[in-house]
Amino acid sequence: METLEQIKGRITAIIPGARVDLIPNECPSNQPSLLIDQEHGVRIAEFLRDDPQLRLDYLSNVTGVDWPDTIVKEKVKVMKLVEGVETEVHGVVERKKQGYLEVVYHIYSIAHKHGPVIVRLRTNDRNVAVHLPSLTPIWRSAEFQEREIYDLYGVIFDGHPDLRRILMWDGFEGHPMRKDYVEPDDYEYEPTPHDEVLERARSHQARNAVL
Amino acid sequence: MDQGLRSELSKQGIFTTTLEGLYNWGRRNSVWPLQFGLACCAIEMIATTMARYDLARFGAEVFRPSPRQADLMIVSGTVTKKMAPQVVRLFNQMPEPKYVIAMGACAISGGPFKQGYNVLKGIDRYIPVDVHIPGCPPRPEALLHAFMTLQRKIDAQKLSGPERPRHLNTDAPSEFPVPKFGPHDLVPPYNPEVWQPPKMVRAV
Repeated sequence: METLEQIKGRITAIIPGARVDLIPNECPSNQPSLLIDQEHGVRIAEFLRDDPQLRLDYLSNVTGVDWPDTIVKEKVKVMKLVEGVETEVHGVVERKKQGYLEVVYHIYSIAHKHGPVIVRLRTNDRNVAVHLPSLTPIWRSAEFQEREIYDLYGVIFDGHPDLRRILMWDGFEGHPMRKDYVEPDDYEYEPTPHDEVLERARSHQARNAVL
Repeated sequence: MDQGLRSELSKQGIFTTTLEGLYNWGRRNSVWPLQFGLACCAIEMIATTMARYDLARFGAEVFRPSPRQADLMIVSGTVTKKMAPQVVRLFNQMPEPKYVIAMGACAISGGPFKQGYNVLKGIDRYIPVDVHIPGCPPRPEALLHAFMTLQRKIDAQKLSGPERPRHLNTDAPSEFPVPKFGPHDLVPPYNPEVWQPPKMVRAV
């Protein structure tokens, strides 16, 4: 199979305006992936499926990832006046990094027996702009998995034929797999609480002692 | 009838029993479970019915696919909050007399998912459970033991008096309210007539 650089080059040559980034993976499995943009997502997926050299006709797996807002500390060199002399000092700048939701597709080719090609799509943030193009029109097997990601992470897939909750019931509030999901306080008793559960059991009991 | 006369009669080829004994003997040896499984405990339940453990020895091999023909509900596995109303509704659809075995850690208490957002913390919150089996999953021997425990319980039931079982007491409920889906949990979180949270006093 072609390398991801070659695939990226062909995508940007064929689809004008498509933005594709190569995301390296330094862990031992070494599976780099392609980050594709939202506007051309469906078009790029169609290319990956229909291109005679790639023929990525089998979508094995769709995964949701929640990346919360983080504060990144960067070391910078600053010129500062130290005892009247201008010297170079190391300073730390904190920068807020906007969180986002990510959807990862693992696609293989049954025809050519190669793969996986890993394709990622990212939302702009975690609260409002959580729309992504659905790839269900390209690979039908994405249907239930995109529903599951919608259910548990709250990504809204535009173009999905039947976007409903699949694991939780209709009318459930929140997206429980998000990092900041707060479980409702439904403690009555815990026989053997420890660690985090002990903390929550204590706060529950303190609250009920007041009532 | 005293024991001596009874044994004397049986030597003459005359078998005597009570109506209660005969009734309970027939019922306890023909308990038909409802055929459904919820999680991995169901695999152990299936193993229990097969030749090696052979639940048929106890008269319970006839798993009925309809609640209208079932006497026993074996809640085998994790009851998620989404599944709980259906389990309660199936129990309501079973005719009296009916019994429940809660099988495995999840069915009796929520098990490893107790602190999660999606698993019911024990089916005994909505329906009356006769026998609880701990284990994850319980071995087939444990299910057989629970079944024998249930048989002993059926055997001891009285036909009359204040201790009579639910199906002979017209005032006792045969159907239990089906919980509704709320924004985070089932509403109500438990049926107070069936289950109450135990009062635990712990130093805060």
